[in-house]
Amino acid sequence: MKTFRVSIHIVPRKGLLDPQGKAVADALHTLGFDAVRDVHVGRHLVIETSAADAHAAEQSVREMCARLLANPVTEDFEIAGVSAA
Amino acid sequence: MKFGIVSFPGSNCDDDAVFAATETLGQPAVKLWHKSHDLEGSDVLILPGGFSYGDYLRAGAIARFSPIMQEVAAHAQRGGPVIGICNGFQIACEAGLLPGALMRNAGLQFLSMPVTIRVENIASCWTSLCTEGQCLTMPIAHGEGRYTVDAATLERVEGEGLVVFRYVDASGEATDAANVNGSLDNIAGVRNAAGNVVGLMPHPERALDSLLGSADGRVLFESVLAAVNA
Repeated sequence: MKTFRVSIHIVPRKGLLDPQGKAVADALHTLGFDAVRDVHVGRHLVIETSAADAHAAEQSVREMCARLLANPVTEDFEIAGVSAA
Repeated sequence: MKFGIVSFPGSNCDDDAVFAATETLGQPAVKLWHKSHDLEGSDVLILPGGFSYGDYLRAGAIARFSPIMQEVAAHAQRGGPVIGICNGFQIACEAGLLPGALMRNAGLQFLSMPVTIRVENIASCWTSLCTEGQCLTMPIAHGEGRYTVDAATLERVEGEGLVVFRYVDASGEATDAANVNGSLDNIAGVRNAAGNVVGLMPHPERALDSLLGSADGRVLFESVLAAVNA
C-alpha cells in the first residue's frame, strides 16, 4: 500500500443560487474586472489515504464524497488531482 | 409521555427544548448524549438547535453520524415522533429523515428575528392541533436556512403535502419579501410522508410565553402530546 494525496473541489450544484459566488463576482466587477462572468465559491479538501494504486485511491475518495463530503442535493464534486504523498 | 432531547457537541437550544417539555407541557424529559445508543424510554425525540460540530463541513453533516442517530432513525422508522429544529432540521435532512437540504441564506447574513409562518399541513404529529392556514410568529436564528431540493423531489414534496410551514407576511401571503432566507417556495418546514418527523428552521421552543414575545410555539408541543396520547 502506498500513500496518496487526493484533492477534491466541492462546488454548489449548477443552477442553484450561489449567493457567495455572486457577492464575490460583484466585488470583482467593482474592482474593474468586468470580464468576470461568474464565480462559484466552494470547498477544497485534501485527503491523504493509503491505497494499492492511484486509481484505487480515487475510487475510495469518490465514495467518501458521495457518503459524506458533498451533499448530493446541493453540491457537485470533482477530483482535482491524485498524487503520491 | 417522555421527551428525549439529543445533545450534540455544539447544541445550544437543548435546555430550551427541555423547558418546553417540562415547564410548558409538564412532561418528563431527558437529555440524550450523542454518543449514547440508549433513548432511555423516550416517546418523543427533539433534535435541537445549535451548531453541532461547529457546522464543520456542512451544518449537520457530521452530527448525522453520531451513534445516537441510528437510534433516532429507528425510532422514526417505528413511527415515533421526531422534530428537528434549526440545526436539528439540518441534521434530519443530512440524515435522510426529511427531503432536501439547507443552504447559506440568500442574503449571506445570519438572521436573528421574529418571522411569521403559515401552517400548510396538519397531517403531522407536530401540527395536529393547528388549523390549515393558521399563522404563527416565532424567532429564527440561522445562517444556513435556505431550503433547497431538486426539481423532481420538490414536485413530490409539494404534491404530497409534505410542506408543513411557509414564510409569510403579516397578512398571511407567501411573498418574496417574507421569504427571509430565499428558501424554495418560501418553505420553512417539511415533514416525512408518515407525518411523524417534522423539521423547521424557526424556533417553537423560543416562543412559549407571550412575555417573551410569542407563545405561538406551544401548539407544536401540545400537538405532539395530543398525538401520542390519542
